[in-house]
Amino acid sequence: MYVGEIRQEFPILQQQVNGHPLVYLDNAASTQKPRRVLEALDRYYREDNANVHRGIHELSRRATEAYEAARVRVAALFGITDPAELIWTRGTTEALNLIAGSWGMANLGPGDEILLSVMEHHSNLVPWQIVAGRTGARLRFLEIDEQQRLDLSGLDELLTERTRLVSLCHVSNALGTINPIREIAARAHAVGAVMVVDGAQSAPHLPVDVQALGCDFFAFSGHKMCGPTGIGGLWGRRKLLEAMPPFFGGGDMIEFVELERSTYAPLPNKFEAGTPAIAGVVGLGAAVDFLAEIGPEAIQAHERYLLGYALEQLRAIPDLRVFGPEDIAERSGVISFTLADIHPHDLATILDAEGVAIRAGHHCTQPLMHRLGVGSTARASFYVYNTTEDVDRLIEALQRARTLFGY
Amino acid sequence: MQLEALYQQVILQHYRHPHNRGVLDAPDAEVHLRNPTCGDEITLQLHVRDGTIEDVRFSGQGCSISQASASMMTQRLKGKPLAEADALSARFTEMMHGSAEAAVDRNLGHLRALAGVARFPVRVRCALLAWNALGEAAKQVRTNGPG
Ligand SMILES: Cc1ncc(COP(=O)(O)O)c(C=O)c1O
Repeated sequence: MYVGEIRQEFPILQQQVNGHPLVYLDNAASTQKPRRVLEALDRYYREDNANVHRGIHELSRRATEAYEAARVRVAALFGITDPAELIWTRGTTEALNLIAGSWGMANLGPGDEILLSVMEHHSNLVPWQIVAGRTGARLRFLEIDEQQRLDLSGLDELLTERTRLVSLCHVSNALGTINPIREIAARAHAVGAVMVVDGAQSAPHLPVDVQALGCDFFAFSGHKMCGPTGIGGLWGRRKLLEAMPPFFGGGDMIEFVELERSTYAPLPNKFEAGTPAIAGVVGLGAAVDFLAEIGPEAIQAHERYLLGYALEQLRAIPDLRVFGPEDIAERSGVISFTLADIHPHDLATILDAEGVAIRAGHHCTQPLMHRLGVGSTARASFYVYNTTEDVDRLIEALQRARTLFGY
Repeated sequence: MQLEALYQQVILQHYRHPHNRGVLDAPDAEVHLRNPTCGDEITLQLHVRDGTIEDVRFSGQGCSISQASASMMTQRLKGKPLAEADALSARFTEMMHGSAEAAVDRNLGHLRALAGVARFPVRVRCALLAWNALGEAAKQVRTNGPG
């Protein structure tokens, strides 16, 4: 993989920030867009823009074709054999809310349990709190071990015939931990529970095959995988999706409408009420073409190489604490850390002045920060366009922070 | 250069050895504020007698800017009339919004060391957290009446 060539595809990376060439290491929050995604959006609006599924005219036909063709290509990337099982949403958050609001409201009641973990992003926690509050279901949580991996020793006790649904992140956005979804999904199914996977941090970075994962639902966000903001998806098994009530009602999701009742369109339209993010879907299709050409295996290998390179240097910095598993095979390209008594916000400000963009804060995982005994961490996260020079610049900037703080 | 202006010795000194950190018995006002975007938090307590801040303490957690700002603010205000706190708060806020005049106002004392924060707009709210708590606390005193 030629990172130099890949970088050329990203116009935004060719700029100076605060007098330094930009080093973008906030990819877990959102990724940059390659030229072909920008061009696909531009071309769509210049040449093909119209509403989908409605017009008899040529532009509507083209828009519909582009919208549905992207569904087929994105489905293929994730091993989804039936593209009608892939529903467009605004992103992971909306996808998880859809499951909670539709499947959860229809299937949960008092005495039922939802199993989550303490490392979940707020978007895989708050929707379940809401649905638990409305249905009387109870939330239970897998803990983490001393290396911030899921502690599966509690699984037998937590996973019972009361468990109706298990929802876990595939990869933790705050730690980089890769969770053993296949094993957990098998055990969830053994007690008759439905397995939901928050794939926001795995879809962009790891080879994902939803069939091999053995889950029932998989949620992801386009903007974290080189696509535009405002578009993402939910894959679900046809049987489950067909049995679920609609989440949003409106145009495009119906077959026939009378004043008092309606019949709903078949999948996927049943869950895509209203005019969707057509340009977003077109842009995501271009992003997925780009990722598929490089290959998810190559992307993972590249990030793992950067991870090893970075961890070795970070661990040599005195008083620098890295969170997450020791074994590099158990983590993705996310490094959460603290440095001596320098608050993560101060670190982020100092790094930004050096042109290095990282995230500092609780990463939408406040309960996890509580478990770690910190208010926040600094987080550097990689993607396909990052280089060892980026890592070197990160390390130099951290040395600068140490100097400024008198170390 | 700007970074050196931001992280001056005096700021790091206050960050590492804050003044008036702790809790008061039976405070006349107590305010808890959080900055939800970054998780910083502060609890500020006042003892007020005859319109004068007799004692003030803060607790919580945050970055060097928010902690130094709270430490310097409490140091500067202990023993001063509430009315002076209002005026100082207004002046400090002006400095945070880039007023060159405020940045050289002797009334602000050590607090002028925080003038460099104005160049880092996303960090201004860190510096203002303690001051916002002070404003709320003063409001409490005025509505409940000081002890
Ligand atoms: C693990 C995880 N889950 C869910 C989300 C929410 O994604 P979005 O904000 O794109 O809906 C994120 C993004 O921050 C994430 O990292």
